[in-house]
Amino acid sequence: MLRLRVIPALLLRDRGLIKTTRFKKPRYVGDPINAVKIFNEKEVDEIVFLDTEASKRGRRPDFKLVSEIASECFMPFAYGGGVRDIGDVKTLCSIGAEKVIINSRAVAYPEFVREASDVCGSQSVVVSIDAKRNFMGQYKVYTTGGSTATKYDPVRFARLMEEMGAGEILLTSIDHDGTMKGYDIALIRRVTDVVGIPVIASGGAGTVADFRDAQTQGGAAAVSAGSMFVFHGKHRAVLISYPTQEELRTLDTMENRNETAPIPNM
Amino acid sequence: MCLKPPSIVIVDYGTGNLASIMNMLRKVGVAAMVSCDASVISRADKLILPGVGAFDCGMENLRRSGLVTILTERVSNERIPILGICLGMQIMTRRSEEGVLPGLGWIDAETVGFRNKGDCSIKIPHMGWNTVAVKKNTHLFDGIEGVSRFYFVHSYHVVFGESGAILTTTRHGFEFVSAFQKENILGVQFHPEKSHKFGMTLMKNWAFSG
Repeated sequence: MLRLRVIPALLLRDRGLIKTTRFKKPRYVGDPINAVKIFNEKEVDEIVFLDTEASKRGRRPDFKLVSEIASECFMPFAYGGGVRDIGDVKTLCSIGAEKVIINSRAVAYPEFVREASDVCGSQSVVVSIDAKRNFMGQYKVYTTGGSTATKYDPVRFARLMEEMGAGEILLTSIDHDGTMKGYDIALIRRVTDVVGIPVIASGGAGTVADFRDAQTQGGAAAVSAGSMFVFHGKHRAVLISYPTQEELRTLDTMENRNETAPIPNM
Repeated sequence: MCLKPPSIVIVDYGTGNLASIMNMLRKVGVAAMVSCDASVISRADKLILPGVGAFDCGMENLRRSGLVTILTERVSNERIPILGICLGMQIMTRRSEEGVLPGLGWIDAETVGFRNKGDCSIKIPHMGWNTVAVKKNTHLFDGIEGVSRFYFVHSYHVVFGESGAILTTTRHGFEFVSAFQKENILGVQFHPEKSHKFGMTLMKNWAFSG
């Protein structure tokens, strides 16, 4: 049966990997190709790469880097950052990205999501929603690396994206990002309660127990982590890690282990 | 004596993770090339038929590529080994519920859509890592300790009239055929090129087998 997917989220800036805290204070953590090789060895389920600067600087995806990643990455990977038109989507898919992540463009022009899923299939289109609470305590969607507030609340926006044909939602809590103190379960639950497509929880993971909470309390179909997989110890030394298969097996639910109907015949 | 490594041609008919398959073969030490040229395909020792997307799109692309004749000649008459991946495997069947065009009909099977059956509600597409249960004697999984798992992303699956060709099954609400092998034809529903060590082992075992 399908297990909960556990996905390293790697942030890119100028071809290097960085890590942020609440989307600020970027810190260099290493070379992305090297990280891919290590994650190959660790039998990671899939990887998310996000270029954090592309939208801000009006840049397109770094196709050369994506090709290099694809040549070394033997599990599915999703790529986002600066995806502005259908040409970008097609190119990313043809050079080896399993999924394309759309963020700022989806807010500016929601129909783009429908166009992308018509061309590559909705399973290849992930909409990334970055959310934080404003001073009144309401969740709002932010774009352009978390710097620009929009009028959308994440629940309404997630519904809209599902209607537009998005295959998955990558839901990131800006407030919890980099803190390693747990996901924003309330935020995740609000979104999973209203959409049928998978929601990938992101922002705040510190332990495997956090993954379980995101799944059982938040309803997440998959979990993503950044700091947890690149930092180690209270001084946050850079060390790439990933849970062992034994640890991941603790995430298998009862549903995963059910016996059901036999093979159908013609 | 040095065994000459096989020349493997990945058929380019406009769909599939061509680069990823090439890269994985290169990683396991197999010389491979991507080609849409019938004369190149006619000289290959083994073939890979990749594919991603809708059935009719795949069949139409294949027809337009002009490669159906040479492929059928090599696979059905000369019986050279061929590996079909995902849509590449599905187009080997007679037909699919997903489309109206006939498939290649190389195997006695059909492609049908996943449906919710009774109380069992499943997510469609079947997307993510899942395990395979091996049903026949095979060397393809030699070197893998424990259960094999692979990456799947599909909304349709193949069904057979009889079980002789079924190589592996996988559970997604019910057990469906995740790989079949009929003589020289191997079809896998999952993506070995996206399944790191499991995919590498399978590709290597298949590439270097007789």
